[in-house]
This record gives sequence, C-alpha cells and structure tokens, in this order.
Amino acid sequence: MQPGALSKALKSGAIWGFIVLELAFFSIAGEFLSLSDKAFMDWENMLLLLKQSAPIGIIAMGMTLVMVNGNIDLSVGATFAIAAIVLLDSMTWPIFAGLGDWVIPVAWLLALAVGTLLGALNGLIVWKTGVDAFIVTLGSMLGFRGIVFMFNGENPTSHLNWTLVDFAEAQFLGLHTATWFLLGVTLALWFVMARTVHGRNAYAIGDNREAAVNAGIRVGPHMMINFAIIGFLAALSAVVFYSESGSVNPNDGQLYELWVITAVVLGGTKITGGAGNVIGTFGGVIAIQLLRKGLGHIGADTSTVNLVIGLILIAVLILDRQLNIKGKEELKV
Amino acid sequence: MTDPVLRLENIVKTFPGVRALDGVSFSVMPGEVHALMGENGAGKSTLMKVLGGIHQPDGGAIVMGDTPVVMAGPLEAKAKGIVFIHQELSLAEELSVAENIYLGELPRKSFGRVDWARLAERTNSILKKLNVGFDARTRVGDLSIANQQMVEIARALTVDAKAVIFDEPTASLTDAEKVVLFDVIADLKASGVGIIYISHRMEEIFKITDRISILRDGQYQGTVNTAETTEEAVTQMMIGRKLDLSRNASHHELGNVALQVRGLSCGKLYSDVSFEVRRGEVLGFYGLVGAGRTEIAETLFGLRDPSSGQILLDGEEVRISSPADAIARGISLVPEDRKGQGLVLGMNCRDNMTLPQVDDLKAGPFMAEGAEVAIFDQYRDKLDIRTPGWKQRVGNLSGGNQQKIVIGKWLSMHPNVLIVDEPTRGIDVGSKSEIHKLLRDLAAQGYAVIVISSEMPEVLHVSDRIVAMYSGRIMRTFTSEEVTEDSLIQAISGLGGDKAA
Repeated sequence: MQPGALSKALKSGAIWGFIVLELAFFSIAGEFLSLSDKAFMDWENMLLLLKQSAPIGIIAMGMTLVMVNGNIDLSVGATFAIAAIVLLDSMTWPIFAGLGDWVIPVAWLLALAVGTLLGALNGLIVWKTGVDAFIVTLGSMLGFRGIVFMFNGENPTSHLNWTLVDFAEAQFLGLHTATWFLLGVTLALWFVMARTVHGRNAYAIGDNREAAVNAGIRVGPHMMINFAIIGFLAALSAVVFYSESGSVNPNDGQLYELWVITAVVLGGTKITGGAGNVIGTFGGVIAIQLLRKGLGHIGADTSTVNLVIGLILIAVLILDRQLNIKGKEELKV
Repeated sequence: MTDPVLRLENIVKTFPGVRALDGVSFSVMPGEVHALMGENGAGKSTLMKVLGGIHQPDGGAIVMGDTPVVMAGPLEAKAKGIVFIHQELSLAEELSVAENIYLGELPRKSFGRVDWARLAERTNSILKKLNVGFDARTRVGDLSIANQQMVEIARALTVDAKAVIFDEPTASLTDAEKVVLFDVIADLKASGVGIIYISHRMEEIFKITDRISILRDGQYQGTVNTAETTEEAVTQMMIGRKLDLSRNASHHELGNVALQVRGLSCGKLYSDVSFEVRRGEVLGFYGLVGAGRTEIAETLFGLRDPSSGQILLDGEEVRISSPADAIARGISLVPEDRKGQGLVLGMNCRDNMTLPQVDDLKAGPFMAEGAEVAIFDQYRDKLDIRTPGWKQRVGNLSGGNQQKIVIGKWLSMHPNVLIVDEPTRGIDVGSKSEIHKLLRDLAAQGYAVIVISSEMPEVLHVSDRIVAMYSGRIMRTFTSEEVTEDSLIQAISGLGGDKAA
C-alpha cells in the first residue's frame, strides 16, 4: 500500500463507516434504553430522518462548493431567516391578493431571488475588496439578522397557506417533498462541482489560488457565483421548511452556519479549500441528524447532543491530522 | 540571419523607491538556450513578471517578430507563445494531471460541462511526447516533484510556444531527473523554440546554454557566448568585483570540545551521525538540499527527537527536549528561513532582539524597557547593525541587517554553541562578506560555531573543518588544508569519500 493510501481510504469512506456505526449503536442501545418499543431503524423513522436533514443539508451542499473554493459563508442562517420572512409575508401583500394560489410560486421566486441577491452581495464584497470571506460574512451575518429583527421585532411572522402545506407534506415514492429537494440539490451540486468548468475552476482556485490566477482564471467572478449559489440554497432551504411550518421566529436559523460547516467538515471537505465533494457532505449531514435522533431515541437530553457532536468533530479533525502527518516526520510544536 | 523570437529593448520598471529594472535589453534566438543570471534581487524575477504580463514596464519595449507587443496579463502572454515553468510549482495538487495542464482552459461542452474525453485525448498526446510514466487522470499531489515539473512542462507544450522560460528548474531534481529535463530542453531547442534558462548553477549553465545575459542591481551587464567565457568572468559580471574566497583556517588556539555527537540517528532523515565542534572553531556542514543537515540542527535545538545516539555538551551527555531546553543549555539556532522562522517582521528591532528573554527582562509585571534598549545597543555596536534606531520595524531592514539582528538575538543569550543555517541566503554580496567575517570573529571570541550552507564558496571560506553529507549520512570530514572543490563535490554526491558508509 502506498503511503497516505490508508489516510485517503479512511477519509473517503470514513463518514459512511461512522454512519453504520451510529445505526448499529443506537439500534442496540435503543433495545435497552429506549422508552418506545419501536426499533430505531424503523422505515418511517428513517424517512423522517431524511426529511429532517433537508434544511441543513440543502445549505451544506452550497457550503461545500464555497469551502472547496477556499471561502466560507457564516451568513447562511440569517439569509435563511430573511428568505423565510419574505416567503410568508409576501403571500399577505395586497398587490398579490387577486392571485389566489398563484401567489405561491410568486412568493417562492421572491424569497429565492432575495437569497440569491444577498449571497451575491457577499461575493461581490469579497471579490472587490479582497477582505477575507470569514470577516465579510461575519459582518453580513450580524447585518442580515439585524434586518430580521427590524422587520417584526421579537414577534414571529406567520402565514399558513394550506395548499402549500399539502405540497410540503406530500410524499412521492415514499419520500417527503423536502427529501426530494435535498436529493435534487445534492445531484445538481454534484454536477456543478464534478462536471462543469466552473466547478473544476472552483477547485483549482481553492487549491492553489496563485496557480489559478497565473492560468488566467478569473477568480473573483467564480467566487461571486458560488456565494450567489449558497445564498440561493439558503433561501431554498427556508422556502421548503416554512412552506410546511408557516411561522418564522426572528431567531430561526441561528447557528445553522455552524451545523452546516460541521456537516461539511465531517464529510471530508478541506477547511483550506481545494478538496471535498457533496457526496461526503451528504454523509456528514446524515451522520449529524442520526446522532441527534439517536441520542433522543435512547433518552438523552437534547442539550447533550451539542456536546457529543462537538467532541466528535474535534476527534475527527485530530484523527485526520494524525493520519496526514504520519510519515512526514513533522517538527514538534 | 534569423530574427529573434523575443527581443527586450531597454526595459525599465520602477517600484516606489526602487528602480527594479534599469534599461534591460537582450534577445532570444529561435533554437537558443539563453541563460539569465544575477544575484538575488538583481531583477530577474521582476523581468520575468514583465514578460509574463504580471507587471507592466514603465519604459522600453518587448518585441516579438517585428512588432512591439503589450502583455496585458498572463493569458495574453501565453496566447503570444510565452510560457513559464515556475520555480515554485504552480499546480493544484488535488486536481488531475489533465486538469492542471489545461488549467484555465478546460475544453467545454454544452451547459458549461467539461469535455472530459477531449481533455484526456489532448493530454495523453502531450504526455506521450514527453514519455512520462503517468497518465492524464493521476492526481498531481501523488506525483514526485520531478514529475510535477513534467506537468508544468506539458503545460508549455499545449500552446504554440515561441519562448519557454525555465526558472530554477533543477532546484529540487535528482541527477537522473535532470537528465530527463535536459532532454526535454534539447527537444524544444531542436524544434526552434527560444528558451530562457534562469539558474544559479554554473555547471548547468555551462553545460546546456548557448549565451548568458547578466543582470546586476536591475542593470543589464551584457551578454556573452557561453563557449567563450569562464565561470570567474560571469561571477565577476554578476557581483561587479572579485569575491574574497580565500580559505580561512583559525590561527588562534582552539578550546575544549563544546559539543560532541555520537551515532545520532533520526528515522529516515539521517543516521549514524558523529562529529564534534570545539570552542573557537567554525564547523561547516555542506551537502545537497535534503541531505539531512537542517534536520541535525533541528535535533540539536530540541525540535526533533533523535531515534538513537548521544549528544554531549562539554563532555556530559544531555537530552534536549525542547528549544527552551536547548537555549538553557547554551545552544542557539539561527534558522534557514530568516523571515519565516527567525524574525517577527512587524515588530521593531529591539523587541526582536530580546524576544527569547522577555521573561527575564521584567520589572514587576511590566517590561523592563531600559534593559531591553541596553541589550539592543550593545549588540548593535558589536555587530555593526545599521538601523536608524531600535524603533525601526525589522521588516524594513536589508537582509544583511536582519540576519545580524537574529545573530544578535542569540548572542544576547550567551550561547556556547551557535548554529547558523544558511547564513547568507537572500543577502546581497556586500553584506555576505560582512556576515562571513562576523562568523569568523565569533569563533575567535570562543564560540563554537556550526555553519550549514549550500554554497560551496561560503563553506570553504568560513570553515575550519567541513562535514560533507549525502543522503542523511556523513561521507567525510575535511580539514581546511586538505579540502578541494572536487573532493567536496564527490563526497556530497555520494561518489567516493574515504569513509563512505
């Protein structure tokens, strides 16, 4: 075996191994600890798990692209909340009163457009000012959240449209609407990243920016497109979720950015850019959701979930580092 | 007579405060290998950036054929047939060979898709020409450095190259890999491409180039036919005067053995290394990059744990567990990478100088500023550091003065053993000889000095004895009386050497 082969094999397959481990653990532990007599790996339960993965998962696909590109976006949670408000509030606007149920696609488009624009705005600032994406999106995270609170104070924004709720709760071939969106987005982002020139250039930029510049790749526009994509996906995630729930609190979507980044990193994307893929991210999203559900299943307090996931994330990164430096004989720190 | 593929006429480039290029003119003929030489900072890189469209010249012209051209950017330079093989490989390691070769120019299908079939086909036809042992889909990060360089060269072949510029191409190649590279250069030459070859290695320059152009401080010094000149003449053009490279054995009495190393090994990095250095002596370490010299220094400084062997300080066996431990035991290391490892560029001269002893220079909870300034003044005078004052940011000093700050920093810790890794890397010629003299003086004052260098004239000049290393082993230790350039080269190439292991 070549040096580094073990590390690579572990990296590409590790997340799926981890998922199997989780399933086995919670199934067995559930037999003894669970209060319900339903098995953990119940079919309905698994379908629900996929549906519940969708809000984080849809955004995580975009984050994979942005992080592979060498950037990061901390503002996705706030963008998510803004898009939700646009979706629910616009359906009550008097100018759309005569549309009947046709208000639904209009509201969707509006929300998606707002998300895309906010993302593009982040990208434009990163491109034109050269300020680190971490700082730019930290700022816009605070700013966007401020807009959310300015809109309706501490009060929730609510609007239920039953046609929309029916659509959101529908199941096609057994899978929920949200799951279909998650799968569709995963497939679309896989196509963009693995098959298109834009996607491959995004990898090149994240891997070796100077080489990309020297090769004449226009770094700025590529980055802006990717921020627009993640903005769009944050809005799409909101649109899918709030079509069903019909009510958004001004705090909704907070910490989403951290869950999303955790899923992406667990899925094997390099924090410095250049490597990663959406299939791994899909695994990361499922692994986190399994953990949340599983800990609930065996009766653990929801607050322990964060602790466990935090520990796992750090453990994974330590393991990854150990595997990578082995054989390189690094200096002591 | 044929026309040159590329002609530079009186190129001028000014940066704030610096005239980086001042009237550079030379031409490259088709089928010619044209060397470009000059000391660090002579303007070679700036000139190449002008050629590559990264900088725009302030004056003069680049002429291709009969017409002056403007290089608006890297893509345009490439479109005009000017291709660079960079010294620091400009590759994306996670991507495939094919994607790297066509970086920025991936063939497209509908919907912005990459045309993988066409990409593989084109790439493989180029790789076949180069006769390499990897294919289009290999991940570049999995290739050896030499093969990565082949990927860069393959990139040059994707366009109708008129001029190919090699920037220090052999810096990290083995001898066998060099042969392959020179074959590729010969092929390019035979097909009528003009080649600019930038290197410091005289041996290569005289082996493969037709003409040599020389820069000094941004000024063009002239072009000579390689066949009609000598290494000495070229060196003189580069530095503007003759270097004092006389041997310099100590005439003072040597003291006791300060540091002795017995059978020291560290994994695959080096093995069975034994040597000693006395007070008052300069011990030179010479070898190729990767021979294990720096790693030995790092072990002595507590940065690496040896896997076996002994280190004795003043005859007593010690285990050095960390840099703090090394410093406490009187060992100091002036690292290879001055800017990255030796200095905090944003801090001022005084604070850099007193960095290792800030804990000892306290007045209550506060810094003892007066004591710090006193230390700085003492070593400024001792080492003749030229700076407007201690408030000067170190990043604004010249390389020579920066190096003196680092040396002063360690001297202020009163070491017994001073290890200096590449003492004059990136330092201009004038300051070089000052640093050399300083190292000799320090030995005369009773320090045990270890100098690691990749420049043969330097080791020959400053050392009392020279340890020649090859591939992690000491091949031979020379005294300054017996050493010759030939025997030294043989020893570090793994040929000969009396004590070959």
